[in-house]
Amino acid sequence: MKTTYTISIFTDDRVGMLHRVTSCFTRRKVNIESLTTSVSEVEGIHRYTILVEMELESEVKKLANALEKQVEVHKVFYHTEDDIVYQEIALYKVPTEAIVQGDAEHIMRAHHARILTVEPTFTVFEKTGHRAETQALFEALEPYGILEFVRSGRVAIMKPTRRLSEYMEELALAAAN
Amino acid sequence: MDTLIEAAQQTQQTVQKKTRMSGAEAMVRCLIEEGVDLMFGYPGGAIMPVYDELYKFQNQLEHILVRHEEGATHAAQGYARASGKVGVCIATSGPGATNLVTGIADAMIDSTPMVCITGQVPKHLLGTDAFQEVDVISVTIPVTKWSYQITEASEIPSVMAKAFYVARSGRPGPVVIDITKNAQFEELDFEYEKCHKISSYVARPAIEMEQVEAAADLINSAKRPYILFGQGVILAEAEAELKELVEKAGIPAAWTIMGLSAMPTNHPLNVGMLGMHGNYGPNVMTNECDVLIAIGMRFDDRVTGNLAKYAKQAKVIHFEIDPSEIDKNVPTELAVLGDCKEALQAILPLIKENSHVEWLNRFRECDKEEYEKVIKGETNPRDGELRMGEVIRELNDLTDGDAIVVTDVGQHQMIACRYAHFNKTRSNITSGGLGTMGFCLPAAIGAKMGAPDRTVVAVIGDGGFQMTIEELGVILQSGVNVKILILNNSFLGMVRQWQQLFFDKRYASTEMVNPDFQLIAQAYSIACKRVEERSDLAASLKEMLEHDGSFLLEVVVGKENNVFPMVPSGAGVAEIRLE
Repeated sequence: MKTTYTISIFTDDRVGMLHRVTSCFTRRKVNIESLTTSVSEVEGIHRYTILVEMELESEVKKLANALEKQVEVHKVFYHTEDDIVYQEIALYKVPTEAIVQGDAEHIMRAHHARILTVEPTFTVFEKTGHRAETQALFEALEPYGILEFVRSGRVAIMKPTRRLSEYMEELALAAAN
Repeated sequence: MDTLIEAAQQTQQTVQKKTRMSGAEAMVRCLIEEGVDLMFGYPGGAIMPVYDELYKFQNQLEHILVRHEEGATHAAQGYARASGKVGVCIATSGPGATNLVTGIADAMIDSTPMVCITGQVPKHLLGTDAFQEVDVISVTIPVTKWSYQITEASEIPSVMAKAFYVARSGRPGPVVIDITKNAQFEELDFEYEKCHKISSYVARPAIEMEQVEAAADLINSAKRPYILFGQGVILAEAEAELKELVEKAGIPAAWTIMGLSAMPTNHPLNVGMLGMHGNYGPNVMTNECDVLIAIGMRFDDRVTGNLAKYAKQAKVIHFEIDPSEIDKNVPTELAVLGDCKEALQAILPLIKENSHVEWLNRFRECDKEEYEKVIKGETNPRDGELRMGEVIRELNDLTDGDAIVVTDVGQHQMIACRYAHFNKTRSNITSGGLGTMGFCLPAAIGAKMGAPDRTVVAVIGDGGFQMTIEELGVILQSGVNVKILILNNSFLGMVRQWQQLFFDKRYASTEMVNPDFQLIAQAYSIACKRVEERSDLAASLKEMLEHDGSFLLEVVVGKENNVFPMVPSGAGVAEIRLE
C-alpha cells in the first residue's frame, strides 16, 4: 500500500541543482509524481515541492536524508497529506462553439472554475484544487472535446509553524562547529 | 581591540595579495594555497592553459603524467589514503573527463578526499557538441560529493576554496571542478581565502552528550559487547581513542576492510575481519553479542550479509559522522552523531574499566576452528601448488607488518586483507566499496608518493593488473619505488570461485591467457622475477623488498583455489562456511 508523501526541499539557487536533487530519486528508482520549483520566503533559497508515492516511511526518510546530505541542500521535510495545505492548478482548452452550445455556466459553477480567456475558436478554463477536483472538471469537460490540458505540480504549505529562517539559523550554527 | 587590529592587518594582507593574473595561473595558485605539492593528470586541448602554468610552477607543484586518466584518479586516491591529504587529479574535457568517472565513483563510496579538475570547451561552445565536449558535471553528479562548472575566471578562488573544504571536511569525498577554456585565459584580480564553513553544510555535527551518556551506560552494562570499526576511525584520526576504548572496556573489536590497520593486527582484542570473507568468529559472534558498537562504519552488505538475519538480538550503537548512514541498513538503539574522535573522547571518561574474558574466549575458540580448517592450509601448506595465503604470510615475516599493502579486487584482495599484518594506521589501501579492478597499481604509485618513507607493496591479481598495466609507464618515468606482487592464477579467481560454487563450474570467460609479465616488466625497465616453486618464495620476496627501486614479482599460485570462510550471497553472517 503506497502513501503519498510531499517532500519539500530548500536549496541554494544555482544551475544544476535540480539534477542533483532528482539524481537522489533516480538512483533509488523512485518516480516523481509531480515537481514544482520556486523561490521561498528566504532570499536566495529555492524551494522544491516533490510528490512521491512510496510504501515505507523509513524509505522516505532515507531519501530525505540523502537529499539533505547534498552540500547545497539546506533542509528537507516530508509530509503526508494531513500535515500540509496544498493545491494544484489546471488549465483546460475547449472549443468555444461546443461550450456555448452546452451547459458551460453550470459546469463552471459546480466546479468553482474560472474562465481565463474566450477566443472565437477556443476557451480556457482554470481550476485550482486538489488532484481529484481538477480531474473531476476534466471529466466534466471531456464530452465537449478538450483541445489541450495541463496540470501543475503540487504546491504545499507545511502546517507546523516554525519559520524556515529559524531552521537556517540553527543550521548555520551547526555548520560553524 | 585585538580583534580590530587583526581585522585591519587582515585587510592589509588581502590588499597586498590581490594580483592580476590569468585564470589558469589562478587555478595553480589555488592549489599551492591549499598545500598541494603533487598532482596526477593527463593534458589535452581544453586544459592546456593550466598545464602551461604547471610548467612555470613545476618547482612548487609536481605533476605526475599518468598513462590513462583513470590511473590519475586511483593514484590520487592512493596518495590521499596514505597521506591523509586531499588527492588532486587533472584531465582535459570530453574523454579525459569521462575516464575519471570510475575513480571518482570509487572515491565517493570509499569516502576519499579528492579534487578533480577537468578542462571544458569555451563557454560560448557549451551545448554545441563541440570537439571533446561532454557535460561532465551531469555525468558525475551521482558520484560526487560536490561539483561546479567555472565559466568565469573571477569564480576561481572562491570555488576552489570551497572544493577543498568540501572534499576534506566531514565525511570526505570527491569534488569535480570543470573549468571552461575561456575562464583559463581570462584575467582576474586574484586573492585567496580558505573556506571554513558553508551555511547549508554541517561538516561535523556537534556531539550530543545525552547520546554519549546513554551509549556509555549501554556499554558499561553490556555482558557481551562487541566493537565493529571502519574507516571513519582512520579519517577522524581516532586510532588512539579506539584503542583506549577497546582496552578500557575490554571489548573485542573487529574491522571492516576499510578500517583495517586502524588497530594493530597483533592487539589481543583485535579479533579480525568482518564480512563475506572475514574471519569466522567476528561473523558468528555478531549474532551472539548483546551490544553492538559500530564506529565509523556503514554496515555495507558485504559486511552484514542478509540483514534479516543480522544481529537481531543486539542493541546497536552507531558512532557516525554522516546522518544519512544512521538506520540506513541496520536499525540503531542509539546513534552518536559526529566526528568519531570527538565522540570517543567524550565517552572515554564515562567508560568503566572492564574485561570480558569469557566472551573474548568464544572468539578465540572460533579462531582455533578457523585455523584448523582454513588458515593452516592456506598459509602453511606442506605441498601442492603455491597458495596466496602463504605468499602473504612470507611477506609478513619479511616486512614485520610495517609496509603499506595496496590491493586490487578479487581473491588476492580478500587473502591479503585477511592475512597481512599491520602495525601502523593508513597501511591498507584497497577499493572496498566499489570493488574497482585496476585500482591497485596506480593507487600504489600514489601511496608511495604520499608516504615516501614507507615500503609500498602492490598485491595484484593477473586480471586487475592488466586493467591499468599502462601505469608501469609512470614507474618508468618517475622512478617511484613500488613493489609489485602479482598473484597469478591465470583466472579471474573470485568470479571463477562463484562459478564453481554457484554455477556448476561453468567457467564463462574467466580463464585468462596472459602475456609474459616478465617481458612486460623488462620493457618498462623494472626488475622482475617469476616464482613457481615454494622453495624460491621467501628468497624472492626478500629480493623484491631489498631491491633498490621498483620490482615486479610474479608468483604462480594454484589455479582453482578458493577463499574461505565465505558468507554465501543472501545468507546471514552466522551461516558462514568454513569449507
